[in-house]
Amino acid sequence: MADHLPVDKTFKLFIGGAFPRSESGYTFQVRSADGRLLANAAKASRKDLREAVRAARSAQAGWAGRTAYNRGQVLYRVAEMLDARSDEFATLLRDGGRSDESARHEVEQAVDRWVWYAGWADKVHQVFGSVNPVAGPFFNFTFPEPTGVVVQAVPDDPPLLGLASRLAPAIVTGNTSVVLAGEAAALVAMSLAEVLATSDVPGGVVNILTGDVSALLPWALGHLDVNAVDLAGAPDDLPDEALADAAENVKRLVHGDPTAASPSVIAQFLEMKTVWHPIGH
Amino acid sequence: MSTPTYAPIRTTSVDLVGLEARAAELGGRSIKTSSKRAALHLAIRCIDLTTLEGADTPGKVASLCRKAMRPDATNPAIPPVAAVCVYPEMVIHAAASVAGTGVAVASVAGAFPSGLSDLGVRTDDIRSAVADGADEIDIVLNRSAFLSGDLAKVHDEVAASKEACGDAHLKVILETGELGGYEPVRRASMLAMAAGADFIKTSTGKIPKAATPAMALCMAEAIREHAHTTGRAVGFKAAGGIRTAKQAWHYLVLMGETLGTEWLTPDLFRLGASSLLNDILLQLGKLDSGRYGGPDYVTVD
Repeated sequence: MADHLPVDKTFKLFIGGAFPRSESGYTFQVRSADGRLLANAAKASRKDLREAVRAARSAQAGWAGRTAYNRGQVLYRVAEMLDARSDEFATLLRDGGRSDESARHEVEQAVDRWVWYAGWADKVHQVFGSVNPVAGPFFNFTFPEPTGVVVQAVPDDPPLLGLASRLAPAIVTGNTSVVLAGEAAALVAMSLAEVLATSDVPGGVVNILTGDVSALLPWALGHLDVNAVDLAGAPDDLPDEALADAAENVKRLVHGDPTAASPSVIAQFLEMKTVWHPIGH
Repeated sequence: MSTPTYAPIRTTSVDLVGLEARAAELGGRSIKTSSKRAALHLAIRCIDLTTLEGADTPGKVASLCRKAMRPDATNPAIPPVAAVCVYPEMVIHAAASVAGTGVAVASVAGAFPSGLSDLGVRTDDIRSAVADGADEIDIVLNRSAFLSGDLAKVHDEVAASKEACGDAHLKVILETGELGGYEPVRRASMLAMAAGADFIKTSTGKIPKAATPAMALCMAEAIREHAHTTGRAVGFKAAGGIRTAKQAWHYLVLMGETLGTEWLTPDLFRLGASSLLNDILLQLGKLDSGRYGGPDYVTVD
């Protein structure tokens, strides 16, 4: 019996744990490497970005307030859900022009990346925190704190591994993220949103917008309620004025290898706080 | 003992579907650039900046008053709000803070938010708030009497409260979420206006069912009918759950379209709110700078 009509998925945005269409109503066509129409994806506007930042801000304190152990569990759960849907992601990557072997390899690497960063959740403080020697009757501690709301331009290629390699180290310490995925990475990013939505990641901790990253990034760089912008996967034609705008609220601008796996990537999304505490008797 | 007689209160039936559709349609209007700036300034001028918490202190009221007088410390072009709205105990502190500035002091009085205490106690509460310096009094409608069908009692209590107010303006809170539908709200509106209310107000802000645009439209239609039959312009105050600039200008649109632009002044329209002002300031900041702001750039109330 082959009389089942295929049900095509509508790719929308991921904001505050929900899947809304773009406020603008705009979409763009996503085509496979050989030119087939795969989907009409939502083209996010600056107002969608504003809503996503608002959702990320309201989720941030709660997420940072979870225990490190619990955040690690949630990231591990993302890996579980991603692994369970590995066929779907492999198909998306093949549609993007990958060989079957290369597609499967990338999905495996991405799953491993989530597991690896999950393990870092309760180790960040030991590695980056310190007890400092001071000339007085005080304890002096330095410990890392999440930067806050991070906007992340993720790489078009490799889409799934790049997303895992940037998103996981940002959120593992308690940051919340607004991911900007370009047109080439849109379907992979929105499918990952479905994974995140079923992985006990609280609504708003990760928000994903798809569309024209070059058009959205200046709004993110100028937004006073964004604490860091990850440019690892950003187009390199950003106007100087947009980057200068980022200085207005001393935003942290993060550059780096879009597929690196390193604790130093986690550290790029941390602020170091130092406190003095009198030594008691 | 003679029974007082009352003029009949005319209540029109309400078309629920039409009312909600009309309110939704008015809420869909988009306002941009210079009109948006004018609307936001008008909204600020119509705000009753409110703090009604058990934890209110004279210090907190004083800082609220400073914000009421100059909402944005960095921008003197932002107008002051219409009034501060506080509990009776705090009136004397608020009046001292805003004296001579044009910002009025409003006080909830009369066993807010239930209204269920002896009428004499409630009118004494009003008199004492007015004596302390309140320019406006927000009372609650006696929902218990209203829902029991004792409309005469409701009327007489509002009239007694109006008398206790003296020169102060009387706003009557209907608490629309507890009245059970649009038609009772319309009836309560007509009743409150007939009894002498200077303003009718949607909600206390103390129950989850707060003001909705459709309820506001229902009350605005009642105000229009009252103005048409008696020639007296009664004001409208929306309160409870109004937190965003967009909601505020939707109420402005709704009032302007229903009652005419002459109602778009602080004398006839108020927005009771606390966090709304910060959102309006953020929106004005976005208009000025072209950048989105955030809660770190306005005061913590």
